[in-house]
Amino acid sequence: MDPSFLVIQALNGLASASSLFITACGLTLVFGVTRIVNFAHGSLYMVGAYTAATLVPKLLDLSYGPVAFWAGLLIAAIAVGLIGILLEVLLLRRIYRAPELLQLLATFGVVLVFQDLVVQIFGPQDILGPRAPGLRQPIEILGRRFPSYELVLIAAGPVVLGSMWLLLRKTRFGILIRAATQDRDMVAALGVNQALLFTATLFLGAFLAGLGGALQIPRVAANTGMDLSIIAECFVVTVVGGMGSIPGAFLAALIIGELQAFGILIFPKSTLVIVFLLMAFVLAVKPNGLFGRPEAVGASHAVGIASRAPSRWSAVIAIVVFALFAALPLIADPYLLKVATEILILGLFAFSLQLLIGVGGLVSFGHAAFFGLGAYGAALAVKWFGASMEAAIPLGVLLAAAGGALIGAFVVRLSGIYLAMMTLAAAQILYAVAFQWVDVTGGDNGIVGVWPPAWAGAREVYYLVTLTITAGVLVLLARAVHAPFGYSLRAARDSESRAEAIGLRIRYHRWTAFIVAGASAGLAGGLYAFSRGSVDPSLLGIPTSVDALTMLLLGGIQTLAGPLLGAAVLHALRDWIMPLTHFWRLLLGLSIITMVLVFPRGLVGTLARRREERA
Amino acid sequence: MTGLLLDVENLKASYGRAQVLFGLSFRLQAGEITALIGRNGAGKTTTLKAVLGLVPATADRLLFKDRSILGVPTYKIARLGLGYVPEDRRIFTDLTVEENLEAGRRSGGSERAPWTPERLFRLFPNLAAMKGRRGNQMSGGEQQMLSIARTLMGNPDAILLDEPSEGIAPVLVQAMAEAVLAMKAEGVAILLSEQNWAFAAAVADKACVIERGEMRFEGAMTDFLGNEALRLQTLGV
Repeated sequence: MDPSFLVIQALNGLASASSLFITACGLTLVFGVTRIVNFAHGSLYMVGAYTAATLVPKLLDLSYGPVAFWAGLLIAAIAVGLIGILLEVLLLRRIYRAPELLQLLATFGVVLVFQDLVVQIFGPQDILGPRAPGLRQPIEILGRRFPSYELVLIAAGPVVLGSMWLLLRKTRFGILIRAATQDRDMVAALGVNQALLFTATLFLGAFLAGLGGALQIPRVAANTGMDLSIIAECFVVTVVGGMGSIPGAFLAALIIGELQAFGILIFPKSTLVIVFLLMAFVLAVKPNGLFGRPEAVGASHAVGIASRAPSRWSAVIAIVVFALFAALPLIADPYLLKVATEILILGLFAFSLQLLIGVGGLVSFGHAAFFGLGAYGAALAVKWFGASMEAAIPLGVLLAAAGGALIGAFVVRLSGIYLAMMTLAAAQILYAVAFQWVDVTGGDNGIVGVWPPAWAGAREVYYLVTLTITAGVLVLLARAVHAPFGYSLRAARDSESRAEAIGLRIRYHRWTAFIVAGASAGLAGGLYAFSRGSVDPSLLGIPTSVDALTMLLLGGIQTLAGPLLGAAVLHALRDWIMPLTHFWRLLLGLSIITMVLVFPRGLVGTLARRREERA
Repeated sequence: MTGLLLDVENLKASYGRAQVLFGLSFRLQAGEITALIGRNGAGKTTTLKAVLGLVPATADRLLFKDRSILGVPTYKIARLGLGYVPEDRRIFTDLTVEENLEAGRRSGGSERAPWTPERLFRLFPNLAAMKGRRGNQMSGGEQQMLSIARTLMGNPDAILLDEPSEGIAPVLVQAMAEAVLAMKAEGVAILLSEQNWAFAAAVADKACVIERGEMRFEGAMTDFLGNEALRLQTLGV
């Protein structure tokens, strides 16, 4: 292979690494001090890119030159820093002591809000920024042309790393940040105003996100998908580098940048697969990342279903609800039946997540992975083997169970926030595979023609089939929760060390939970594919994972039946409200934030608590 | 500074549903050392935390320098000149000795000469030899000294000092007692929580004896030492 090509590829990798590091550095800094993994960090990056791509051309019109260009980037980054301050004051400081799951969900609510706001403010089209004045001419390296802007970018990473080092080591602000990272209360007892320190940290973190986004504008057009793609990459960087470690983030960004640059030579279709392999390898060898230390967070933070004795009435209620659902085809029109079918499927999907989160305390943020694997597995079985539905759905379930086994094997070693980030990253990588590997998955278009056989083709019949299967699986899952398997998971959730001390094989049980939950979600995915007639990458996307989480939050994480009700409410609301407004994501985001702040116990949880208080 | 620094009347505190303090009243005079004495679990540490607002508390009166500090954020209480040295020391282990001191630095309002790292290294000579060492590479006694020094960097008028003699090498206990008396000589009032009554007897002017969250005795240390019946009843010594 031509050595000059390799050099150019290496330089390209360094340039991507720089921008990734600058952004991830802000995430890791904010996490270090506030202990919150800010999902909205990617949104701040996106706002930085949009602001710069809009502002810089205007400044260049006023006075063309490098000063206007770089000043524009700086102004954009500062503006994003100010948004960070707003975010801290309005939301984050209210959830510092909340469980991690709720923190992640609340900041994801912010992601949704930003998605709609960005379209409103900057318009729906991608915006490519201008090239930097003075750096328009490519330079020659070993006889190949290389954009000179990339060289500046390559230098920017180490400059930021050095500045952060100076800031954290040599200034009083930095010393206080590092002190607060370890012990917030003690810092307060020494007379330091934590609120101010945290707000300042958010400014700095958001500034870095904005800078990371702004620096990208001559290379990548600002677009509405960049928030989720960068946040997944940032998660990988922080997990590989070690939570809260800035040098770790730098090294991880370098490795990932280079892997992506050269990975394209090995897996031209999906470089992210290599990134995943790297992540799996690092976590297998060093579960806390390259420079990370064991995290104490998470152990006491788990929320989940309470251990109350099953009421005699719950079986009666379940039978009545089943009977009502079974009678639905007698009165419902086809549209209502379609909605009811989807509610059942999503209920199963949410319930399988409840097994991980509510029962196991395993905050999976990538549950869409299993839903999508089940759907794609079934669709591919139809496409490749011409399998019928009866064979295709079980094949999808197998694929999803295998996915659960694979992802579970890596993440059961992790706790709390690491697990959430890893599962999200894994799902995002599957999403990228489905999106990029067009020959197999059909890319963005997905796979069509996934229809049930003639006997189940009628809406009523398919609805009844779905009802029977979901009800059967729900009963089995509920039994498992109240069996020793469920008790072990709950014991491990409430106290890992005590559960281990009495001889429970925590990792084995958690791994099994991932397989069972994966298979159940895969079944839901398969049913969904045949009800729709098609699959597409959005089934694997972060929004699908968050839908499941929202259903849990809505219904109540502390109750077994909560997710079913949550699925019904969310789906019904979406069906009813979405056609009426352009701001569905904004509304959903604000609703999630409100729920986290006002009633984190969810609908069923709040009702159950009322009942208990009266009793 | 002279007069009454800390004035506490009917202080109550709970952890969830478990009430720990049942209406304590005590005072701390400027320039004096008052020892809170009691068995393990009597409520000494909770008393100190309640004063600082680190556990939720109620009181009829909670005054520091004649200002109510009930419900005031901890950092503001610290800024008024009330320092805290927790029982578990809570050194910032990632930070060096000098950085720990910097984290505590705050100019006090008092007319006394401000504490500087140099003065503190004279008070705690052990620390002088390890300025660049990180907190996680220090012994318990060294951490204890650093914790006190860090709080002094805030130039407080009074310090809540929780179990300074606990978990440190016996040879260092004497040095610790001398350091406590040296702080008093510098005009810093100290509210000392101690299980080790011999340590308390050696340094304190006054004694407050707590038993199961209630005050059994408040008076001069010499009176407590002379009252054998009370000692036997509350401490078993």
